[in-house]
Order: sequence, then structure tokens, then C-alpha cells
Amino acid sequence: MQNSEVLQKIKNKFPDIVVEELPNALVIPKKALLDIARFLKNDMSFENCHCVTAVDRKDKLELVYHLYSTADHFMLTLKTMVPLDDLTVETVSLLWRSADWLEREVFDLFGIKFLGHPDLRRIMNPDEWTDFPLRKDFKSANLIVRPQSQGLKG
Amino acid sequence: MGELLTVNMGPQHPSTHGVLYLELKMDGEIVVDCKPHLGYLHRSIEKIAENRTYTQFIPYTDRLDYLASMNNNLCYCMAVEKLLNVPVTDRAQYLRVIIAELNRAISHLVAIGTFAQDLGAYATPLFYAFRDREKIMDLFDSICGARLTYNYMRIGGVSADIPVGTEQLIKDFIAYERKMLIEYNELLTYNVIFLARSKKIGILSKEVAANYSVSGPILRASGVKWDLRKEEPYLVYDKFDFDVPVGTNGDSWDRYKVKLDEIEQSLRIIEQAIGGIPEGNPVSKVNRVFRGTGEVYLRTENPRGELGFYLVAEGGFMPYRCKIRSPSFSNLSVLPELIKGLNISDAVCVLGSLDIVMGEIDR
Repeated sequence: MQNSEVLQKIKNKFPDIVVEELPNALVIPKKALLDIARFLKNDMSFENCHCVTAVDRKDKLELVYHLYSTADHFMLTLKTMVPLDDLTVETVSLLWRSADWLEREVFDLFGIKFLGHPDLRRIMNPDEWTDFPLRKDFKSANLIVRPQSQGLKG
Repeated sequence: MGELLTVNMGPQHPSTHGVLYLELKMDGEIVVDCKPHLGYLHRSIEKIAENRTYTQFIPYTDRLDYLASMNNNLCYCMAVEKLLNVPVTDRAQYLRVIIAELNRAISHLVAIGTFAQDLGAYATPLFYAFRDREKIMDLFDSICGARLTYNYMRIGGVSADIPVGTEQLIKDFIAYERKMLIEYNELLTYNVIFLARSKKIGILSKEVAANYSVSGPILRASGVKWDLRKEEPYLVYDKFDFDVPVGTNGDSWDRYKVKLDEIEQSLRIIEQAIGGIPEGNPVSKVNRVFRGTGEVYLRTENPRGELGFYLVAEGGFMPYRCKIRSPSFSNLSVLPELIKGLNISDAVCVLGSLDIVMGEIDR
């Protein structure tokens, strides 16, 4: 199975949703996430939500889902962009229970709120903390950025 | 139903395998609800990764699953190699397989020993397991100079070739461990008390396991024949002949038995690999500092399940983002589902059979 195959099936099912194809990922609009996720799970055998994470792109947050299909031996990378002025996304934890804790981790480290999540609390850091440590603008005195050096040539 | 009592199990508790805090709602002896609290070992390794060069981050991966440091090293190095298209010599690939399988064997030994201890078989099985583990730790000490945090794998190979005579030591260990596996079977596997404590306790069905993204021996104990080394072979695993042990019921005893059987399969892989190590140089000739672009998600079969590294590189000397998908994290998330309705002593049994390492859960 290829990304393009999945893309074609999504296009057939949801003709009016714009899906962008990257070399190794599909980018879907945030609003359509839950519909597409439900379609991928129920109709396309992506029964394993392997990993949910986010990447801080400075002007927006990129939410990354790795969905695995055991039957096709295929790992799909699904991305959606979350703008900084609206850090909310629909949860997929009711489809894949594994996303429950993984979404809590994303909430803890990036501050993305998952709407409809059954138990959205910080998972690693203290509940009363207000920072989101994996954002690029998070600065801590303990975190010393090493100067970029060429080091030793091997 | 009487009044519910809240019992705080952990963070300091001998059977939580690290600093895990379970908030249990009890009705008498029965667990009604369980809320795990994580984070006592949180060091934000993912943030540290963004501030270290690719090579500098290798020692940090040792501290994830500290019982299987070699396997963590391996997964991270393979992810960087895939990102940057670094070639690996044949000899390094064979050495990696042997070392990773040895580490898998001793990691399962700890799992078995601590599981037996959780069930009340104090000291003896644990000491037996640690006695065997000691031999491999001494071997790793001679290979890389450390007993627990090895930092042996390098991007493009390994840090040093194995010392002269290591092959014979490994062969001796295989012969020794085979005898010991018989002993474990006699001592534990079909022991009446052991069976009574672990059979039909904490049954995990295939469907629930898939939904929670459970992997590794826990998944196989539920009857799913899924092993990345077979299904999507990496390194040179496709050259070796080995079986994938599966359980039938998905209970705590199956999870124990699958691990015990996997030790034998690991020994089989090592036995085949040790005879065919090609000549050559396993030490990489890669620059210590380099840039990369692109992104990669790579998984390997760790002793506890599928470890995944998601690396995003934006052209700098350091990764832009490094997400570690740890197997224990997903395996632990199924715990509340498993222990509802069980006795508190059985909850300890289930937790022990899940074989978690908090280092890679909290990261």
C-alpha cells in the first residue's frame, strides 16, 4: 500500500476535503480529522494508532499521527496543522484507546487541547504547572544550548 | 457495595517496578477503579535531544529502558542511519543482532525473576535470574566497558569490535543458559502455586490489545503472532531461523511463558549468527557532527515491544524534534482495564506480568 492509494480512497469518500500529499505523509484539514480517522479505522483497517505527537513549527503546531495497518504492513503518517490562536483538536481517543495517553502527553508537552477527551490532564508534569516544555519558545535555565561546533572530523 | 476506600499504591512500592503511583479505589479487597499517575522519572529526554547533536544523544537512549540499553541504542542509531542514509557494514549488522538478542535474553530474565518475586516467590527465582544475567553483563563489560548503560552502538556501526575470545564465551553461555531454562521450567512454570496465582488472571483479549496498541510479548501472549523481526525484518534477521512464541489465553501466565520461550529463540538466533559473522570492520567511519534534513519514523522489536523513534531534521546539527514511542507506555495504559474486578494481590500479579520499565514511560 502507498500513501497515494490511501489518498485516493479518502478523496473518493470525502470529495470536498482538501488533502495535501507530502513525500511521506498526508496533511488533512483539522476540521475533517475525526471523520477521516473514523473512516481509516473502520473501513481501511488502520486498527493500530501507534503514535501521536506534535512538532512545533513556530508559527503553528503540527500534529502527527502514526497509524498502522497490520493487514497491509503499512504505516500511515497523518498530519494536521493546529494554529497557535486555536489550540483545539477533536480527540481520536474514543476510536483508538491508545491515543488516550498519547494525547494527554501532547497536551502536557505542547498545550494542544483535545475536545471530547475523557480525561484530559497532564500526564508527566505537575498539574499546576502552566508551561509547555516542548514548545520551541520554552526557555529554562537548566537547558543550556550548546554552541554549534564542527567538532572533530572523523 | 460498601464504602469505597482509596489506596495509594506507590510511588515507593516494592512491586511497582520503579516509581509508579497507582490510585486504587477499593471495595474491600476488590479493585473498582485504578488511576495510574506517571512522571516521577520524567527527565524530558525529548527536549534534551533537541539540544544535542545526533551522536551526543546516544547515551541518553541508554536511560530509557535501562534493562535493554543495547536495543534502545540500536533503534536510535538505525533511525539516524535511515534519516541520513548511512551504510552499515555486514560485520556490524551481525554484531548488532547478537548483542541485541543477548540483551533481550537478560532483559526477559529480569522480567521473569521480578514477576516471580511479585507473586511471593521471594529471592530464589530472582537470584537465579540475576546470576545468569551477571554473565552477560560481564560480557558486555568486556565489549563496551559498562555494565548497564552501554552506549555501544554508533551511527553507522558499533563503537568497537568484540574482544578476541568473545565468541567462545557466548557459545558457553548458550549451552549454560539452555540447562538453566530447564531449571526455570521445573522451578516455576508448572509449579502449582505459581499456576494458581497467575493462570486466568488479567486476561487481555486480542481486540483490546490492538486497540491499546499493545506490542511485544504482551501482545503475543494474547495469541497474536506478530513480531517485527519476522514481519518487517531489519538488520539481518531474515537470514535466521526462529519461531515466534504465542500464548493462548492472554493471561499473566501466558505473558510469563512467552518471555521464557523467547529466551530460547534469542539463543537460537545468537547461535546461528555467531557462526556466520563476516570479516571486516564494524567501526563506523562517519563524521561525529553532521547535518540532516527530512523525517523518519522507525520501529524495532525491543524486549518490551515496539520502540519507535520519530526524528524530524531541519538541516541543523541537532534533531528538530525527537519523539520516542516507548512500548511500556502503551502496555501500561491497558492496566486499568485489566485489573478492574480483581483482588489487589492479583493486581500486583498483572502489573508484574506487564513488565514495565518506568524509565521509558516517563522519559
